[in-house]
Amino acid sequence: MVQVCGLDVEPIIGLEIHVQLATRTKMFCGCPLEFGARPNSRVCPVCLGLPGALPVINRQAVELGVQAALALNCSIAELTKWDRKSYYYPDLPKNYQISQYDLPLAFDGLFEFPIDDRIARIRILRAHLEEDAGKNVHDLPGCSGIDLNRAGTPLLEIVTQPDLRSADEAREFAVQLQRLVHYLGVSHADMQKGHLRFEPNINVRIHRDGQVFVTPIVEVKNLNSFRSLHGAIAYEIPRQVEEWLATGVTAATGNKRNRGWDDTREVTVPQREKEEAHDYRYFPDPDLVPLTVQAAWVAELRERQPELPLCRTERFISEYSLPPRDAHALVEDRATADLLDHAAEAGGDKVVLGKHFLSLWARFANERGTTIAGLRISPGRLAELANLVATGRINATAAAQVAEAMLANHDAPTVLAEELGLMQSRDTDRIAAWVTEALAANAAAVQDALANPKKARAARGFLTGQVMKLSGGRADPKIVGELIDRALAERAGA
Amino acid sequence: MAGEIDAERVRQIARLARLRLSDDEVMLFTGQLGALVEYVRQLDAVPTDGVEPLAHPVPVANVLRDDRPTPTLDTEVALRNAPQREGPLFRVPRVLDQGA
Ligand SMILES: [Zn+2]
Repeated sequence: MVQVCGLDVEPIIGLEIHVQLATRTKMFCGCPLEFGARPNSRVCPVCLGLPGALPVINRQAVELGVQAALALNCSIAELTKWDRKSYYYPDLPKNYQISQYDLPLAFDGLFEFPIDDRIARIRILRAHLEEDAGKNVHDLPGCSGIDLNRAGTPLLEIVTQPDLRSADEAREFAVQLQRLVHYLGVSHADMQKGHLRFEPNINVRIHRDGQVFVTPIVEVKNLNSFRSLHGAIAYEIPRQVEEWLATGVTAATGNKRNRGWDDTREVTVPQREKEEAHDYRYFPDPDLVPLTVQAAWVAELRERQPELPLCRTERFISEYSLPPRDAHALVEDRATADLLDHAAEAGGDKVVLGKHFLSLWARFANERGTTIAGLRISPGRLAELANLVATGRINATAAAQVAEAMLANHDAPTVLAEELGLMQSRDTDRIAAWVTEALAANAAAVQDALANPKKARAARGFLTGQVMKLSGGRADPKIVGELIDRALAERAGA
Repeated sequence: MAGEIDAERVRQIARLARLRLSDDEVMLFTGQLGALVEYVRQLDAVPTDGVEPLAHPVPVANVLRDDRPTPTLDTEVALRNAPQREGPLFRVPRVLDQGA
C-alpha cells in the first residue's frame, strides 16, 4: 500500500517477459542468429514468409524453453501446439506470428527471490514459445526500412500473475530473472541487444471511504531495460490515481489501454491503436504438428539443470563461510563458482578456498582483467595451496607469493613454496635452537613470563615473535608455542 | 465461432484483412460467407461428447530439427520480389512504432 494524493493505493502489477533463447539458429528455420549482421543477409524462404515454405521446430529452442520453465517451477505440458496470431505489420512477413495460444509449453510456476529481508513469491501463469518479428529502421527519409534478420528468432514469453506490488519489486523480479536465464545458459541475456523485453500490466486499487476502486489496466509496451521498467511503473501508479480522480473511470467502465515509454521525458504516453487491434484471430497452425514433451525428456532436461543461483549463493555462504555479498558476486560468474566447487571436490579446505577466492585470486584476476576461472589454474592446484595454509605449512603472506608464482609457471604449490623457502619449518631441533637464543637474549621477558601474572601473556607473545623473527617467519607457530612453553616450564621447575 | 454473418461482420472481417469493399461487395460477401458458415455448421449435428479435441488432423507429433545453421538466401535474391527497397532493406511506407 502506498499513499498517492492522500489516498491508500495498492498497485497491482503483472509482467510479460520476452526472453531471446540462446540457440544458434531461428525457431522454425536454419538461418543463423547473428546480431549486427548486414540487413536481410540471415533470411530464407521460411522466415521471409514466402509461399510454400514450411517451418520446422528447433529442438534446442524447445529444450531451452523447458529448462527455463523448470527453473521457474512450472508444470510442463504433455501436449503443446502452435497457433497463428494474425496481425498486419511490415516487420511481420507472414502477416501472422507463430505462437502458442491455448496449450502453452509450460504453466503454473512460481519464482521466489529475496527482497528487503523477505522472500517475494511471484506466480507464473504460463511460458510459451514463439517467434520474433523483424526490425524497423525508422531513420529513413519519408519511409521505413525493414530488416528481417531477426524475424523468426526464438523467444520464450513468460507471463506472471499480477502478484507484484511495486516498481522496486518488478525491477528486482526482472533482474533476478535475467540472472537466472543467463545462469541456465537459456539466453545470452544481453540487455543491450534486447534479449529481454518487458511489458508490465499495471493498475491500482484505490481505497476511499471503505470502498475500493480499481483503475483500468495499462500495458506498457516493449521496455528493454530495468531502468525503463521501473520508471514506467513508478510513473503509471500516480498517473492512474490522478486520472481516476479527474475522470472517475474504473476497470468496470473503461478498457485496457496500451501505452509506450518515452525514455527521454521519462513518462508513459498513450499509443494510438485501432479498436480491432487486439483481434488476433488465433487458430492452430496447420503447418506444424503438435509437440509432446514426454516425462523422460523432461527428466533428462531436469538432470542437466545446474544448481540455481539463489540456492548456490545460500550454499556458498554456509559451506565456504563467505559473507552474503561476496557469495552473491562469486555465484554471478558461473565458471568461477564451478571452479570453487571443483577445488573443494578435489579435497581443498573450504574455508581457506573461500578466503583465497575472495582475496588473493580475486586480486590477481582483477589485475589481469579476467575472472578467477580465466586465470586457468586447475582445481587440484587451488586445493593444494589452500591445504598448505590450512595445515599451517605456509602462512597467509606466503600463500600470496606462492599464488603469484603459480600464475607464472606450472609447478605445484608445494614445490614452489619449497623453492621460495616459504615452507614453515617443522624441524624441532632448529626451532628449539631459535627458542633458546630468543630466551637468552630477552631475560626480562622471560622473567615476566614466569613470575609476573599481569605481564605473562604479553611476554610470552613477545618471545614467540622473537622466535618467528629469528626463523625469518618460517617456523611453524604451533611448534614454536609448544617449545616456548616447554622451555619456560623447565626454567620454572629449575 | 458462433455469430451470424451480417454486413457489419463482413465489414469488420474486411478491415482485419485490410480489404476495402464497396457496399455491393459487402452485400455479395455477406450472402456468400453466410452460406459457407451455414454449410460448415452441419458439423454441429455430430455428437462429440467424450471426444478429445484434436490439435492437428495428422496423427504425427514432434517433428523437430537440430539447431544447425543452413544456407541463407543472398540479400539480392531475398529482395528481388520487393516492390521497393532501400539498400539492403525492404522499403515500406513509414510506420508509427507501436510494436506488436
Ligand atoms: Zn530463415
